[in-house]
Amino acid sequence: MNSNNLRADLAVIAGLIHNGERVLDLGCGDGELLRYLLDTRQVVGRGIELSEAGVLACMRRGLSVRQGNLHEGLGDYPQGSFDTVILSQTLPFLNDLTFIFREMLRVGKRAIVSFPNWGHWRCRLELLWSGRAPLAHDLPQPWYTAPRARLLTIRDFERFCVQNRIQICSQVFLKGEQTIKTHRDRSWRATTAIYELKP
Amino acid sequence: MPLDSGEELGPIQLAYETYGQLNSEKSNAILISHALSGDAHASSCQSQTNENPGWWDDCIGPGRAFDTDKYFVICSNVLGGCRGSTGPSSINLRTNKPYGLSFPVVTISDMVRAQRHLIDYLGIDTLLAIAGGSMGGMQVLQWTVSYPERVYSALPIATTARHSPMLIAFSEVGRQAIYADPNWNGGDYYDGPRPNAGLAVARMVGHITYLSETSMHQKFGRRLRKRERFGYDFDTDFEIESYLRYRGNKFTERFDANSYLYVTKAMDYFDISNGHGDLVTAFAKSADITYLVVSFTSDWLYPTYHSKELVGVLTAVGADVSYCNVQSSWGHDAFLLEVETMTSMISNFLDRVVKEKGIRL
Repeated sequence: MNSNNLRADLAVIAGLIHNGERVLDLGCGDGELLRYLLDTRQVVGRGIELSEAGVLACMRRGLSVRQGNLHEGLGDYPQGSFDTVILSQTLPFLNDLTFIFREMLRVGKRAIVSFPNWGHWRCRLELLWSGRAPLAHDLPQPWYTAPRARLLTIRDFERFCVQNRIQICSQVFLKGEQTIKTHRDRSWRATTAIYELKP
Repeated sequence: MPLDSGEELGPIQLAYETYGQLNSEKSNAILISHALSGDAHASSCQSQTNENPGWWDDCIGPGRAFDTDKYFVICSNVLGGCRGSTGPSSINLRTNKPYGLSFPVVTISDMVRAQRHLIDYLGIDTLLAIAGGSMGGMQVLQWTVSYPERVYSALPIATTARHSPMLIAFSEVGRQAIYADPNWNGGDYYDGPRPNAGLAVARMVGHITYLSETSMHQKFGRRLRKRERFGYDFDTDFEIESYLRYRGNKFTERFDANSYLYVTKAMDYFDISNGHGDLVTAFAKSADITYLVVSFTSDWLYPTYHSKELVGVLTAVGADVSYCNVQSSWGHDAFLLEVETMTSMISNFLDRVVKEKGIRL
């Protein structure tokens, strides 16, 4: 697979991964990103995935994957056992994020996180004009379908990092498939945010 | 051979079967360990007829989970068993009589030690994989702790790192049923009638624990057996009664009551942390082994949390561990029945192990 076939946010994450790294992908789904990283970056990859369907798909791709939730799973890994811990598009479905991020930055030397930005101007207008909770570009499921997502914005997340003394090393913002060149207007223009974090 | 109990036992005979071809580098060998009532006949894939299916026929054979076109599969009857390996029904060469209760108590690690001699005898240095469900899974774990350098990968399925008090309780009920049979006669019955009634009850209890409430509903419900209405007697009313009686009686045709006592005792003693202090220390030398742990959602005999604990420990020691908790209503028996899911998981896992460890098939 070349990076052209990879979803835009996954391609950005892949671009941040160095050859031969040890990578843990939290909520790795069907293993698309991990498989790509194994093939193109020769990483040592591990995944944690909640759904049986996802776990079986990962195994079909020849990946090492554990079924379970992150609250149970992360605590088992020794400190610093991964170069990078990835949390791709999983954040809106998690509880107790303070704990999850503390664990991610204990287990990994760094973390990469991506999430849909509910602060995008379309979302803002949708709430303003229609009075209905906005659907994010990347997570278009309505509020009544499971699993329930928590809505957050780029501003929310950056504030969370300050409050929890998490260092943002680099960030990439996407508008659909395109990278946003200037970060000044990110909070209302970006549909997806990707951050590289260190403790 | 020295035993964990401090006694020694010999000579020891192990019955085993093999399927597929051992390659010239002897790098494609997979050892399958059987559960409490199993034996060396794991597959009938090499016989011309289907008259005598193996206990894991669906998973061992050409194109199956353990693909005999690629791998050399070995299965041996456990030490203490009664299906060809040395056990309490074997003749003690010193007395020329069956051992009975004079047979020393054996443990899972004794069984594994005996298996290791078989693997030595076959000239195999390192097993590509070792796999088994239930008590077979305990042997798998014991292998990776006793002989980590001789195993590339391990598949403990529907099992536990330590036998729980509930499991010991069920074992004890089974044993008490055997003790209570007058034919048991302190284990000395080989020249008279056998304690079949006791053994059948033990097996009936066992079968209840291998099912789930849901699977009993699905398989039997409250259906009556060959009658339209209640008999108001003590003949068989319900299908489930008939099933248990049939299974219990059938079991006595092929299993020795004393072996049942010894093998259940071995399971009860099983706690892989024995002699190590804790589980993490026990598995400390197993970090290079690739694991696939499988549990089943409706298995209340070896509940999911046993496997989760194991996965946690293996993760903590740095081993590469994959884990799936397979959705199934079949209870503990699921490891023999969820063939499609198991086949996909196991065959992909073995392919990965071969690739990652650079094994030449």
